[in-house]
Amino acid sequence: MGSNGICDRVAIVGMGCTPFGEHWDKSVDDLLIDAANEAVASAGIAIGDIDAFWLGTMGSGVSGLTLSRPLKIDYKPVSRNENMCATGSESFRNACYAVASGAYDIAMAIGVEKLKDSGFSGLVSSAPPADGTAAAISAPASFSLLAPAYSEKYDVDMVTLKQVMTRIAWKNHKNGALNPRAQFKKEVPMETIANSPLIAGPLGIFDCSGVSDGSAAAIIVRAEDAYKYTDKPIFVKALSFVAGPSRGPLDPGYDYTTFDECVAVAKDAYQQCGITDPRNQLAMAEVHDCFTPTELVLMEDLGFSERGEGWKDVQAGTFDLQGQLPVNPDGGLKSFGHPIGASGLRMLYECWLQLRGEAGPRQITNGKKLAMTHNLGGSPGNCVSFVSIVGSEREV
Amino acid sequence: MKGIVAYGTYIPYYRLDRRAISEALGGAPGRGTRSVASYDEDTTSMGVEAARAALSAPTAPAPESIYFATAAPAYLDKTNATAIHAALGLDPSVFAVDMGGSVRSGAGVLQAAIDAGRPTLAIMSDIRVGLPGSGDETNGGDAAAAFLCAEGDEVIAEYLGGANMTAEFLDRWRTPGESASRVWEERFGEFVYVPLGAQAWKKALDSTDTTLEEIDHLIVTGVHPRAARAVVAGAGVRKEAIVDEMAATLGNTGTAQAGIMFADVLDRAKPDQVIAVLLLADGASVMLFRTTEAITRYQRRQTVAGQLAGGKAVGYNAYLTWRDILRREPPRRPDPDRPAAPPSFRSEPWKYGLAGSRCQNCGTRHLPPQRVCLKCQSVDKMSSERVAETEATIATFTIDRLAFSPSPPLVAAVVDFDGGGRFPCEMTDVDPDSVKIGQRVEMTFRRLYTAESVHNYFWKARPIRRDS
Repeated sequence: MGSNGICDRVAIVGMGCTPFGEHWDKSVDDLLIDAANEAVASAGIAIGDIDAFWLGTMGSGVSGLTLSRPLKIDYKPVSRNENMCATGSESFRNACYAVASGAYDIAMAIGVEKLKDSGFSGLVSSAPPADGTAAAISAPASFSLLAPAYSEKYDVDMVTLKQVMTRIAWKNHKNGALNPRAQFKKEVPMETIANSPLIAGPLGIFDCSGVSDGSAAAIIVRAEDAYKYTDKPIFVKALSFVAGPSRGPLDPGYDYTTFDECVAVAKDAYQQCGITDPRNQLAMAEVHDCFTPTELVLMEDLGFSERGEGWKDVQAGTFDLQGQLPVNPDGGLKSFGHPIGASGLRMLYECWLQLRGEAGPRQITNGKKLAMTHNLGGSPGNCVSFVSIVGSEREV
Repeated sequence: MKGIVAYGTYIPYYRLDRRAISEALGGAPGRGTRSVASYDEDTTSMGVEAARAALSAPTAPAPESIYFATAAPAYLDKTNATAIHAALGLDPSVFAVDMGGSVRSGAGVLQAAIDAGRPTLAIMSDIRVGLPGSGDETNGGDAAAAFLCAEGDEVIAEYLGGANMTAEFLDRWRTPGESASRVWEERFGEFVYVPLGAQAWKKALDSTDTTLEEIDHLIVTGVHPRAARAVVAGAGVRKEAIVDEMAATLGNTGTAQAGIMFADVLDRAKPDQVIAVLLLADGASVMLFRTTEAITRYQRRQTVAGQLAGGKAVGYNAYLTWRDILRREPPRRPDPDRPAAPPSFRSEPWKYGLAGSRCQNCGTRHLPPQRVCLKCQSVDKMSSERVAETEATIATFTIDRLAFSPSPPLVAAVVDFDGGGRFPCEMTDVDPDSVKIGQRVEMTFRRLYTAESVHNYFWKARPIRRDS
């Protein structure tokens, strides 16, 4: 495929991220203002210095006015993106391409979502008028389809699989406990996770990511300009995004133990920046742990584990904060929370902190220079997916 | 020779133990069970199931008309038979019409189908509801039956003739919008019905030159059980000819009851037997049939006895919830959207007929139908293919405790059809704990929910039901 990438052509020179959680006292405008101003402050610039903006939100506003109105942006381009749970990453991707093309010198990617105002449990989205035939199952239910399929394919009994799921949630809560911006800043005992009320299939409430409000933002410039703004820029090594043909719900050949779309973006991203052994080359990965079986399957799809072996690696602690490849060191969607449009940029924010050595008590010290963010939006066999690789050193 | 060429019945999966009613409300302990339509069924969806069973007979000709009778129509003003027509995947030239509103219309559609002069499917369906503690609630039942009437060698029960009596009097009634019927004093109805039944019975025997000794099966049912018993007692037939009303297991299924009893007799009748069907409802109707040699070759999907044997108990609280009598706290989730008319119109072959598309270039089957092939990307090389009668296997599944359902939890499965194609759908009539990968399922037409007075009809999967 003609995916050439823009390895080392743009850099992140400033970031901001609000705490995620139940912001009963903050509006969408407030969250955007907070994240945007933190980002420009960290880059040492002003909002007025930015040439173009990409705003990601799934349902907290339409059009660029959602950003330009609260920030009082003076007649600059503001695009509003939506790509389900990859929305924030999609804003980042487009902003990077705009700077790499030379069209703009400084761009901002910003994501926001305010989920708690709906008053409903879980994620709520409105669909266009339809014929009423689409299976109206909830998000946790659609991802819970992975569990019995994985159990069946790899002969992992459901009791063991539930322990694996529980350990993933336990790990992400443990990481989140070290993160002052996380929605759930506390460890949760495995017993509490395992015995939490069932939501869908074997998924209990603790197997689901946090429904929350939040915003995150990044300032992007050309790589050669990066050191004008900071001593420790983060260079964009790879960006990949795909939308699948929705094979899962149509094709009996799809077995609900993988995300074809995630396999595709990982392969593309690794090729763009020359990664051949992600488990050993990456310092850390922020992956889309919307539900615990998702993170398990992703370990295999992203090439961190062999097929059918991910559950063993989880049990062995490979992806713990002190493990061989720390996954979701900031707590992930599980513990940091999942305000849809902000999540992709929140993941980048953790890469930003970790690669700059600013992650405090959860600082990873394996000395590696590359980090990954990954999103997927949709449901198994029917999704969009995104991967970015960023690094602290520029090689070209 | 004209008469019945095919028939089918549908008895819903659930049974309400009458003791559950008396335990909740007091009173004398109830005995036996009644059939209960599930939360996702109505008279239209049950009519579809009965019609599918009838049309599954290999010898069934294509119907040219369908007549639908019910005393509990899902819609007023709008025809319900059109949804049945669509769910059966019939040609638009097939005439579909409701003849509804009263129990008597059940006899009406069968008579009209016999007289139609072209292959005609008569469908009778009912959901019997009464106020909590009422006789209608306790003694009612829910079911549907369908009879395909035509002329020719495939007739399994030849129509011999019959008689009708019509009378205007107030015994049982309900105005549109009311949930429960009212009845006059029982002895008054008996006073009027018994002579009407006797007169119709005599006229039918006389007009067909049939003697009492020739009657092998006498079916008497109607809206007045006490009068029905009296008519049976006075009919003069052999004791063993009297057909059980199935009150102990099924309950009185109103518009469908004569059809269910007739089908039950056809399930076990031998050739050259005379069957009399007598309905007491706003008069009296008698139809006489004689079975033919063809009945020995007739292939049924499931017998009435088999369907009755396979039921599962439903609690009284769930029953009251399903019938909208007990209003429960909804989940903290948005109400489902009402299906929009234009998208439903565009997808009618899929939504109602469960017809997907098969790529004529590479053979891949798509559910729902696609214009572009998933495998070879060919555009508009598709042919329509109905999978409603195709069995499938569960690939994976979930029990969704968060999603809206009129009766949580929602059970959903990804099912792979024999002959290709996959489709994620809801399951119904299933114990959530029994669902397994590899389990075999069949499709059933259901009313998923009703939003803003729009019934959302579509298909669900259920474990395969067969006579054991």
